Amino acid sequence: MIINHPLLGPRDSSEFSYLGDAALLNRPSAKSETATDDFYRYQYLRDNPPGEHRELWYHEHGDRSWLVITRNMTTHAITKVELARDVKRAMIEASKS
Amino acid sequence: MSLIDINNPLNFTFDGKAHSGFEGDTLASALLRSGVRIVGRSFKYHRPRGIMGAGAEEPNALVEIHEGNVCEPNRRATTIKLFEGLTAKSQNHMGSVNFDFLAINDILHPFLAAGFYYKTFMWPKAFWEKLYEPIIRCAAGLGKLALTPDPDSYDKGFLHCEFLIIGAGPSGLLTALNLGRAGKQVILVDEDFHMGGRILSENYEINSDGGIKWVTEALNELENLPTVRLLLRTTIYGVFDHGIYGGLETRTDKIGAPGPRQILWKINAKHAVLAAGATERPIAFANNDRPGVMLASAVRSYKNRFGIDLKNTALLTNNDNGMLTEANHIIDIRNGHHITDVNGRKGVTSVTLNTGEKLKADYVAISGGWNPNVHLTCHKRARPIWNDTLSCFVPDGNTLSSDMSVIGAAKGTFSTHGAFRDANKVSEKLGCKTIPLPKTEDRPIDVKAFWHVKGTKRAWVDFQNDVTAKDIILAHQEGFSSVEHVKRYTTLGMATDQGKTSNVVGLAVLAEATNQTIPQTGTTIFRPPYTPVPIGAFAGSHRGQHFKQIRLTPSHKYASENNATFVETGYWKRAQWFSRAGEQGWRDSVDREVIMTRKSVGICDVTTLGKIDVQGRDAGKFLNKVYVNTFSTLKVGKCRYGLMLREDGIAMDDGTTARLSDTHFVMTTTTAKAGPVFKHLEFARQCLYPNMDVHLISTTDQWAQFSIAGPNARKLLQKIVDPDFDISNEAFPYMACGELTVCGGTRARLFRLSFSGELAYEISVPARYGDALIREMMSQGEEFDAIMYGTEALGVMRIEKGHAAGNELNGTTTATALGLGGFVSKKKDCIGKVLSRREGLISDDSMTMVGFLPVKQGDKLTNGAHFISKGETAKALNDQGYMSSVAWSPTLETYIGLGFLKNGKNRKDEVLSAVDFVRHNHVDVKVVSPHFVDPKGERLRV
Repeated sequence: MIINHPLLGPRDSSEFSYLGDAALLNRPSAKSETATDDFYRYQYLRDNPPGEHRELWYHEHGDRSWLVITRNMTTHAITKVELARDVKRAMIEASKS
Repeated sequence: MSLIDINNPLNFTFDGKAHSGFEGDTLASALLRSGVRIVGRSFKYHRPRGIMGAGAEEPNALVEIHEGNVCEPNRRATTIKLFEGLTAKSQNHMGSVNFDFLAINDILHPFLAAGFYYKTFMWPKAFWEKLYEPIIRCAAGLGKLALTPDPDSYDKGFLHCEFLIIGAGPSGLLTALNLGRAGKQVILVDEDFHMGGRILSENYEINSDGGIKWVTEALNELENLPTVRLLLRTTIYGVFDHGIYGGLETRTDKIGAPGPRQILWKINAKHAVLAAGATERPIAFANNDRPGVMLASAVRSYKNRFGIDLKNTALLTNNDNGMLTEANHIIDIRNGHHITDVNGRKGVTSVTLNTGEKLKADYVAISGGWNPNVHLTCHKRARPIWNDTLSCFVPDGNTLSSDMSVIGAAKGTFSTHGAFRDANKVSEKLGCKTIPLPKTEDRPIDVKAFWHVKGTKRAWVDFQNDVTAKDIILAHQEGFSSVEHVKRYTTLGMATDQGKTSNVVGLAVLAEATNQTIPQTGTTIFRPPYTPVPIGAFAGSHRGQHFKQIRLTPSHKYASENNATFVETGYWKRAQWFSRAGEQGWRDSVDREVIMTRKSVGICDVTTLGKIDVQGRDAGKFLNKVYVNTFSTLKVGKCRYGLMLREDGIAMDDGTTARLSDTHFVMTTTTAKAGPVFKHLEFARQCLYPNMDVHLISTTDQWAQFSIAGPNARKLLQKIVDPDFDISNEAFPYMACGELTVCGGTRARLFRLSFSGELAYEISVPARYGDALIREMMSQGEEFDAIMYGTEALGVMRIEKGHAAGNELNGTTTATALGLGGFVSKKKDCIGKVLSRREGLISDDSMTMVGFLPVKQGDKLTNGAHFISKGETAKALNDQGYMSSVAWSPTLETYIGLGFLKNGKNRKDEVLSAVDFVRHNHVDVKVVSPHFVDPKGERLRV
């Protein structure tokens, strides 16, 4: 596969390592009353959709950036590649407003 | 006009006998020219087999080339370019290829039908391992491996282009000309050693001249086009996601030729044009596997391209293309004729027709129609569709990947004119002007589907695996009706040829048996590789030392000079112990290193520990998130032990982190986890806390670091550290750190840390000074009898001190289990904190790390032993925990152990059985504190 890195352009997937569902960006609050259950879901439960899926990849043999990649699980077509920190920052902004 | 250079003869041997051929020959054509008819024995029945095809589809002529450690089995004689001095051998026989003892299997064939192994070798059960399997293993397989390292060299490379054209027959060549003239970046590949495809094997005219002349002119032009690259002898073996194609280029089969023998290319292309041609298929009839029965297209290849006349040939065809073959007898299925038997065990002598007539013949040419080579269209899940008019599977435009076009015979366009027309169409589609179509033949194939002559004798479908029509019908009768099941039950379409000649015939026989059409019966799925790829090519140059890098510590040279034995820890080679004269074994050396360190001073290279520089205004806050304990309050000039959890609450790693300034921390990790911890920290930084001002960089390789431990550690260091710096106990107490200079101005960092439990320091200097520093310290340390110690003594001392290491931080233990529950800050959240409090992890019954001593002085402890309460049976239900680390303590003169015990903190002094069924070592042990030496920690503060 080829991953179109937002800063470095198209790179071979062998430079990256895979983590999984980008839902991992959404770490729950430890202060919540339901924290134990929230963390259990965060840590162990994953969706495995047959179509588009957002997932985390790490440019381990490159610039060490974490990326959020939108990939179709049946065709492997990659439709979007974003820096994870940009995605997370946007999530933090959205939660403020 | 053949492509053989008769002025350039080449000598080779086959089965030890000398033969000769010419430049331009394949091994197969040279054998045919020499009159060799039997080239191997069949897989199961050991029947004599001859050459059947002329290309990659060949199922019979599998040979071993070269001898000894360079021997390569299962090579298709039809794809080996002949060279001077080639030695080749036939395969799969006991005795000679002409008289094979295992041919008894052919007589026993009624017992060896499909599923024979499954049915026969079931009982008695114990016989399988002892008797059946060794015998079957011995008889199974075709060629023999050399079983010694492969001395050839292989390489890997990347190529990039706009257009990859796969196959250099008429359609591929014309497409390359069109695209190349338009200045497009083109790579044209062909598996053959001469480009031209079927043009080389037929005698069609192109533009009123010989076809080979047109090919030569086209190649001359292509070679001079600056944007076109031609790759000969290169097979595209797989199509992968996002326009990536795997190619195997064979540069040479000669041994000792310069450069790599094969290159594995990873080709990135925006668009691929598949012009892979088609493969002729045989027809199943009785004894159709006799040597001399060949594909009609191969008979024409040998005549036209290689100049070999196979005399006295009978042609069996169901189409007009087959009629191009010169033959003495023509048996046209469309006129109701066919062959019912072939006579001549070691080579065809005659054929019997359905009319009862017997015709003398030395060769039988069969044409059962053509199968487009659709394999590469399927690698990304597209499925071919059945075309009734052409009687073959063709690519389905609806499911085909949008970055691939298929043209020519691969698409089912079987005339040369049609191939050229396809080429021009696709070139226009890809935005290029086209050259006028060359004038050539445009004959319809006019095929009448015909697959199988029914009869009582065996009619071969898959020649390579000895699968007959009967086997397929039997599989159906036994309930294997799905084509995928039939394939696995009969082995149809497996092995090196992957059913190139047999799949469609097999499918047709199954369709007949099930009274279905072929499309209803289905098709098996084609997966990479298209043709076999040697493992050596996948490894490329990544073998031996190049497979796994070696990292050497800064003191490696010094250690080598001082009789160190090294141990691999990940990529690192670390000194394990240092032998001295008179020491009988490793234990003597390790005991001495421990005793001398605890008595005076010892030095250990700890460079391999991961070092991560953490900088930024929020560095302290960031460390609070990744460590269970608090770091934001750590004073500048101090170190603190830190424990890191995974988000699931299990301990991940530990180490010490020093604060060099308000915004600058230096973290250390364990050797094994240096990489994973860095990745974890980057995850936390980028994915969880992106607004923190913090930056990370690994500095493991930048700093050489040594641990100096023992009562004389400070005295030794005072001789090394420049006099401007006060490192007295008052000025530089336990857990202090600072930047200073050593040996007259060399920049260094000093940390007062102890893993051994002694007064100890870690000193680091830029890596390039590491060798000089160890030599200087050892020289200055002579007056204290300073020694270097290795990882074994390091391990003994940390067990004596009760420090957890890799055996305890083993991916299943929590902070509480490690006795570090108190470290977890109650004031803040950190990664792993919430889930570490799960009921099962913190109950009274959960495991806690404790120490163990043998009850009987001198008893040996083993790690991995499980604890059973006294009086209980040693079974899993009664398991109380396990021993994680053991050592002989030269300090206490007894074995000591660390381990995890249920409710361990409340079981002090209890006696348990430590049972080890692996090493048959059962001993009684007493539960003690894990801190065997200096439990109050007085030594490290002096």
